[in-house]
Amino acid sequence: MLAYLIRRLGAVIVMLLVVILTTFFIFYVLPKWSGQDIAVLFAGKNSGAEQLEGIRQKLGLSDPLLVQFWEFVKGIPLGRDYGSGDDVTHCGAPCLGYSFRTELPVWETVKDALPVTLALAGGAAVLWLIGGVTVGVVSALKRGSFWDRGAMITALGGVSMPIFFTGMIAMGVFVHSLGWISMDDSLTTKDSIGTWVETMILPWIVLAFLQAAMYARLTRATMLEVLGEDYIRTARAKGVTEPVVIRRHALRSTMTPILTVFGLDLGILIGGAILTETTFNLPGLGQEAVKAIQGKDLPMILGVTLCTALAIALANLVVDLMYAVIDPRVRLG
Amino acid sequence: MSDLKKTGAAVGEPVATDSPAPSAFLEVRDLKVHFPTDDGLVKSVDGLSFQLEKGQTLGIVGESGSGKSVTSLGIMGLHTAGQYGKRKAQISGEIWLDGQELLSTDPDEVRRLRGREMAMIFQDPLSALHPYYSIGKQIVEAYRVHHDVDKKTARKRAIEMLDRVGIPQPDKRVDAYPHEFSGGMRQRAMIAMSLVNNPELLIADEPTTALDVTVQAQILDLIRDLQKEFGSAVIIITHDLGVVAELADNILVMYGGRCVERGPAEKVFYEPQHPYTWGLLGSMPRIDKEQTERLIPVKGSPPSLINIPSGCAFNPRCPYADLPKDNVTREVRPELAESDPGHWSACHLSPEQRERIWTEEIAPKL
Ligand SMILES: Nc1ncnc2c1ncn2[C@@H]1O[C@H](COP(=O)(O)OP(=O)(O)O)[C@@H](O)[C@H]1O
Ligand code: SF4
Ligand SMILES: [Mg+2]
Repeated sequence: MLAYLIRRLGAVIVMLLVVILTTFFIFYVLPKWSGQDIAVLFAGKNSGAEQLEGIRQKLGLSDPLLVQFWEFVKGIPLGRDYGSGDDVTHCGAPCLGYSFRTELPVWETVKDALPVTLALAGGAAVLWLIGGVTVGVVSALKRGSFWDRGAMITALGGVSMPIFFTGMIAMGVFVHSLGWISMDDSLTTKDSIGTWVETMILPWIVLAFLQAAMYARLTRATMLEVLGEDYIRTARAKGVTEPVVIRRHALRSTMTPILTVFGLDLGILIGGAILTETTFNLPGLGQEAVKAIQGKDLPMILGVTLCTALAIALANLVVDLMYAVIDPRVRLG
Repeated sequence: MSDLKKTGAAVGEPVATDSPAPSAFLEVRDLKVHFPTDDGLVKSVDGLSFQLEKGQTLGIVGESGSGKSVTSLGIMGLHTAGQYGKRKAQISGEIWLDGQELLSTDPDEVRRLRGREMAMIFQDPLSALHPYYSIGKQIVEAYRVHHDVDKKTARKRAIEMLDRVGIPQPDKRVDAYPHEFSGGMRQRAMIAMSLVNNPELLIADEPTTALDVTVQAQILDLIRDLQKEFGSAVIIITHDLGVVAELADNILVMYGGRCVERGPAEKVFYEPQHPYTWGLLGSMPRIDKEQTERLIPVKGSPPSLINIPSGCAFNPRCPYADLPKDNVTREVRPELAESDPGHWSACHLSPEQRERIWTEEIAPKL
């Protein structure tokens, strides 16, 4: 298991390096090739030549690309000094550069936005996994019953509704009309857990409802298939009671295909948080990404992309570890 | 086949239903297992009776689809356990195990007998073992369902059983997973698991079909040795007469969900009465005969179990279907009749016709 963990962590680091390389290439090298001046993006179109030269010097934009790349990567674990002589600005680790727009360290912004996105995705994921699997299992065991049909029709409805629609309705009802919930659109880590939960509860439920629907259908289908397996019959032939057959033998096998999809969905959810965060006006990575792109804020785009990639990779790592715990063939593989 | 003689009468006579508890250890009376499906009622087992004593082995033989597995699952009570939302199998008849009728017993009571009084070995040990649990865990579970002991004791028992079925280094292999075992080792582990509670009845459903030829003989030897040691009653199910030739005291030949012939193994082998049995014997692989000299395996395909042919179910495939008078084979279903003590067969051919066909046409080609 330890060997498996080390292998997987290695893979995550390699993946992150590839992401850095790709984003760096797209945002720093491509503009240069197409004749755009990054210093202009930073300082604005009306800056004088001298000012631009100063910026180039300070940001190291005249250095060879490889050196720029190396400085950037090195800055993440070690921090980085911009400029030379008297005019030195220190950017502490993890240094992702300075925003062109706010002139604050990128990390400062990302640091506040990342927890919002993670809490949003994580909370919703736990809810939908538990809810979807429970409904799916019960449906499978009561196949063809009133409950089964009702659950599957509801699930079909859930699968076909877009988040901005359900989200708007939920907010309209609970926040604006009833006033039961008030949502904080400037969440930071300094806020209390109560504030976090109150702000997150609607997005969690709405997101989880949409996803749980899909998981309920998947769980039901998988469970029915697993119940037809030979080893389930073997368990019954041993005299194992039916609840134990379901819990110990059937559910465990049912979880593997679900976890595979779960890993992918978690990635999509974190990476595509823009839609949810915009709908619910949450200050997460998705919102920052939109602002950064609109402001042509290259360092911020790079920073947000990198953090999103890291979050997705870690989420997938967790899912893969769960997978390995469930299926010995994966870790012994 | 040395000690066949003494067991000659164990298959016994067909018994009228509703008679009192039998003296035999296992007695199945007029068992019917029907499955309602969209295409119609599948009569997988349609009136099967037999007896089995402790220490005896009964071989059930028949082509695939003849109802052998459905019979064994029926005895184990596995057509009723955990059939979520499926259309229920219709089961009737009587299954007496050690003086207790199982079909009228509370299902949870039958569950308690499963794995303890009666155990089963399946055809494909790879799919029959749970891929996510170690061999040891699965045997421990089988033991602890019926014995109130801690895990350590059960694990010791599991290692002991693995050792008994010939798995080398059982104390290490106990922690291996099914996919880390070879096919033969997996079947050994499966046998260890089925015997962990010393069951009185062991049902082996095609235990060697999924294995290499070289391993098959070892597994059969193992089952025979274990039976001698544990003294349990064994039902061995197979489509290969060669398998039961080695092991069985009595043989029951199934066709289309019914018994067409049954009797002491040596009778069924050396004086078979039913044309279907002749066909099975003819399709048995033999080392001492050239392929070309052998009888052709039973021609045609097994009957539909939804629309079983009227009269004798075998008549569409039987080369002798026209011999009995008045088209009787296609209209009247032949009942089991006793040709020798304990030797029963269901065919309209007269004893003289059978004698002649067997000695003149069939036996010389075997
Ligand atoms: N649950 C079921 N529902 C419908 N038909 C079944 C079911 N189980 C078995 N059958 C049918 O019963 C027949 C006998 O099956 P089986 O006992 O498995 O044959 P075999 O002699 O090869 O073991 C087959 O035609 C099979 O399709
Ligand atoms: S009853 Fe007729 S069809 Fe059936 S086995 Fe005998 S001869 Fe063949
Ligand atoms: Mg079978």
